[in-house]
Amino acid sequence: MATYNTNEFRAGLKVMLDGDPAAIVENEFVKPGKGQAFSRVRIRNLKTGRTIERTFKSGETIEAADVADVELQYLYNDGEFWHFMNPKSYEQLAADKATVGDNAKWLKEQDICIITLWNGVPLVVEPPNTVTLKVVETDPGVRGDTSGGGGKPATLETGAVVRVPLFIQIGETIKVNTRTGEYVSRA
Amino acid sequence: MILETESDWRPSASLEVLTLRARMLERIRAFFAARGVLEVETPVLSGAAATDPHLQSLATRYTGPLFPRGQVLYPHTSPEFPMKRLLAAGAGSIYQICKVFRDGEAGRLHNPEFTMLEWYRVGFDHFALMDEAAALIAEALVGGRALGAPEKLTYREAFERHCGLDPHTADSVALAAVVQAKAIAVRGDPAREAADTLRDLLLTHVIEPQLGRGRVTLLYDYPASQAALARIRPGDPPVAERFEVYLEGIELANGFHELNDATEQRARFERDLAQRKERGLPAVPMDEWLLEALAHGLPDCAGVALGLDRLVMIAAGVASIQEVLPFPIERA
Repeated sequence: MATYNTNEFRAGLKVMLDGDPAAIVENEFVKPGKGQAFSRVRIRNLKTGRTIERTFKSGETIEAADVADVELQYLYNDGEFWHFMNPKSYEQLAADKATVGDNAKWLKEQDICIITLWNGVPLVVEPPNTVTLKVVETDPGVRGDTSGGGGKPATLETGAVVRVPLFIQIGETIKVNTRTGEYVSRA
Repeated sequence: MILETESDWRPSASLEVLTLRARMLERIRAFFAARGVLEVETPVLSGAAATDPHLQSLATRYTGPLFPRGQVLYPHTSPEFPMKRLLAAGAGSIYQICKVFRDGEAGRLHNPEFTMLEWYRVGFDHFALMDEAAALIAEALVGGRALGAPEKLTYREAFERHCGLDPHTADSVALAAVVQAKAIAVRGDPAREAADTLRDLLLTHVIEPQLGRGRVTLLYDYPASQAALARIRPGDPPVAERFEVYLEGIELANGFHELNDATEQRARFERDLAQRKERGLPAVPMDEWLLEALAHGLPDCAGVALGLDRLVMIAAGVASIQEVLPFPIERA
């Protein structure tokens, strides 16, 4: 079992915390004038996404998590699982609803996603930063409006709803930032 | 925050900060000159090392004339021992500004080598030296923000105020209950930790951030178990005549009414070495010359060591020690 001691702590390190895989967000070395030194760590649970604080005495160790990020192509959803494929080896993986979560609304067939694997099993599915999707439903815009000042809701082919400028019409394809959920531009 | 940028030849401190640092050093030297305190230099390298289990020395080696087979030398963690030998030899009040070295310490407030201002005042007790430390800090910060009158707080008062318990009588179970109430998460059950570990945990996580806000806080009368090289004043409970100086939540200095009993000093060294062995830490040679000097007679005195880089941080209004050192360890 691989372990890390407090001297190896740094942002991004993947460790096991209370049985769950977690990533160190921030590590601060703390020491009184005389006495025990500590590592005060902010750490994010990769299953729940929750960030907590934990303090370790200097020299304590923590179990390493077997976590890796891979780039996989999204294939299809069968109603229960989202299926992905390694474009080089053609190896396939399925992720369930708990893993995909809210990101399901950004997944479009053929897009390359980053999948975080824990012991070979998908833990987190991250869509590309920007996705290109077709508008399937939106109110007709006001003619002549090009500023997009107020905007209107639009439903996209994946089911996501985003605010778009008034000039965007049904059938157009647009670019959306998946991190903020905001319209970027016409595709 | 340790800089995690790529290797860079440029200094991580601005030239403005380096200028501020140089001016501060001038004022500090003038402060001591005006008070008749003599500047001294003592060796950085010593065949003996600090025994404190929480202080780790670096080690290097000299081979040549005098030591043909080589001699392990420890870069000092503070100049305390040779300065006390000077005091025992009759030097009177003395100060030193020098680099000191500590293994295992790096972070937003720590660099493995840093600048220490250490001074000893013959005839002072820790109360008189606390006043002088506050005056020195005010002088060093001249030109910046004015500070309020210094605050003196016993270790017990600080724990009563911020943790609601008496640190001298509370056991691990009581201290652990506060650790949990303050939502400090540690590995395992905190009630199984030593009381001193839990006191350090509460001090660093809960109390220190509250200290020294807009004025110097002088925390004094520590538990006897944390005496280090301070005298222990008998009483109920006995307390160590030790103090720490805080400004803006940052620990700046540690001082003692200095222990001058050679027998007691040897017993503390031996207790430290036993603890080091228990914890699997390297054994280090204790300073026999210091013990001889104490046996000869150390004048009644108080001494304090101040982390100068942190004082520059506060004067410059920056958040990390890396911003006041031209080349911290990651660029050294």
